[in-house]
Amino acid sequence: MFAALLLAALLAAQFGAVGIQWVDWSSAWSPAGADAPVSAGAHVLWNIRLPRVVFALWIGAALGASGALTQALFRNPLADPSLLGVTGGAACAAALTIVAFAGAQATLPMAWRPWVLPVSAFVGALSVCFALDRLARWVTPGSISGLLLTGVALNAVAVSVIGLCTYLATDEQLRSLSFWTLGSLAGAGWPLVAAIAVLVLGAAWRAQRLARVLNALALGEEVAGHIGVSAQHLRAQAIVLVALLCGFAVAWCGTIAFVGLIAPHLARSVVGPDQRKVLPASLVIGALLLLLADTFARTLVVPAEIPVGIFTALIGGPVLLVMLADLARRRGGVG
Amino acid sequence: MRRLTLPADASRRAWLLRAGALVATVGSATSARAAAPAQRIVSIGGALTEMVFAIGAEPSLVGIDTTSLYPEGVRKLPNVGYARALSAEGVLALAPTQVIATEDAGPPAVLRQIGAAGVPVTILSANHRFEGMLERLQRVGELTARVPQATVLAQQLRADWARAQAAVVARAAARTNAQAAPRVLFVLSHSTSQVMVAGAGTSAEAMIEYAGAVNALAGFKGYKPLTPEAVIAARPDLILATEQGLQAAGGTAGLLKLPGLAQTPAGRPQRIVALEATWLLGFGPRLPAALQQLDAAFAAALKA
Repeated sequence: MFAALLLAALLAAQFGAVGIQWVDWSSAWSPAGADAPVSAGAHVLWNIRLPRVVFALWIGAALGASGALTQALFRNPLADPSLLGVTGGAACAAALTIVAFAGAQATLPMAWRPWVLPVSAFVGALSVCFALDRLARWVTPGSISGLLLTGVALNAVAVSVIGLCTYLATDEQLRSLSFWTLGSLAGAGWPLVAAIAVLVLGAAWRAQRLARVLNALALGEEVAGHIGVSAQHLRAQAIVLVALLCGFAVAWCGTIAFVGLIAPHLARSVVGPDQRKVLPASLVIGALLLLLADTFARTLVVPAEIPVGIFTALIGGPVLLVMLADLARRRGGVG
Repeated sequence: MRRLTLPADASRRAWLLRAGALVATVGSATSARAAAPAQRIVSIGGALTEMVFAIGAEPSLVGIDTTSLYPEGVRKLPNVGYARALSAEGVLALAPTQVIATEDAGPPAVLRQIGAAGVPVTILSANHRFEGMLERLQRVGELTARVPQATVLAQQLRADWARAQAAVVARAAARTNAQAAPRVLFVLSHSTSQVMVAGAGTSAEAMIEYAGAVNALAGFKGYKPLTPEAVIAARPDLILATEQGLQAAGGTAGLLKLPGLAQTPAGRPQRIVALEATWLLGFGPRLPAALQQLDAAFAAALKA
């Protein structure tokens, strides 16, 4: 599967608005010194397109992993990381930053300004998740279904704050917010790619260690409790991982729907319900899905670009329908 | 990595060689275009595109954005999409030598990427003032290496502007002492349910004030949704809209069905003035002509 991923990545990097020749690929290995002029194609390949392709892979992996964790935690195939308030919190913080703190941004030095929106969205996602965990502990301690309902309530609050910001926004602010919501992978550079790679690898390693416990949870909260699984502890760990993975993805790219929902489904159709296999498979499938969507998004209407969230839904929805129909036909029911 | 070996099958080999030749030709053609000394301008912003056409630099124009709608020739040019959601590769694929953009252009990371690829990106700040428009015209002239044409156009526009303003002043002086400046309400509608009105700091208010009238709504900035009480309290003598917005709201009849509008001093005698959107609010080289037409339209509507 990883070979397929690498091949897909190379193919995707070849397609794009700017034509790339073999010489541009080989320029990375050529002995030409730093003074040699870099062709436009090579510059685009190494500095714009490849970072974007690799970024799409890592963000897709992050979304896939957080989706798998959420579905395993809630034992519900329709669960989505947004239930834990991640997207709501990030969108709420983004709306507040764009609308309420627009004036304050002008006082920051130029170098810091591009970081304001993603950092605040990330902080927003983390704080809403944290608030959710605290609130759920206080209101519905030790119950994971209680967590779900508390999440619904917090999401409602976040949506109302976003609505208020939408009302107060000026025309330009409103459009910035809309485009942020639609999602985009533009503007990724190598440092950012490195950051997300580290984050995803670290979180995936931690999540893999939770896989056995999540398998036990599939028997039901009470039964799992009898065999020594602490739902409280598991809940806290899962929330932290989902918040980090999905929060980072949403903060930098806006809301990209469906990847977190569909990747685990596809993973389960391929490798079965064992969480030890589903988690890594969701990483790879999420990466492939987002790569495919982003490749379409940036090549269909050259020189313009369609927001990538539209394609993840367009691709993911029918694929899921096909797989569900196939599963129902083969096994006589959806697992 | 395994060394690539040519397939033994002769027909497949021939196909591959043909495909490779095609790619090479396209590639060399692309690089040849980029090496040519001619200017290649990507213009992002309707007013800036109009300026490029007005000073005769349109042969250098290779890309425009979604807000560039005038003149007719822009339709043939590649469209780089919405100004706020540009694609770095998309813009670079046009092999530009210069990108001229308004303040709206974004996202900032993409603009940085375009700049890092060696294409200068010039952001011209927007303000709803005639003098600002002339400054932008001068900058566009400098960037397209047509400063003499820009200067000539600027002189002509100044003369037109002075004439238009003189007409406005004359009309204001002709008003009897009892009559105050007309109160105008600008209505922006995308559909029958989404209707906004313009407050302070908007391009609509700037045009209204240039035409010697007063914005009927005060106390808030930007565009806000229409509320019936606010509209009635504003007592506008005239309603201003864009042609596209008027059509979207369902024509004059549809506009007056909106809550509150029919009960205003403008609604009862149906005093509605509608001008084409880029003409009215574009703040490009057609500004003096637009002001003249707006002033005349106001006078005609108020007399009726």
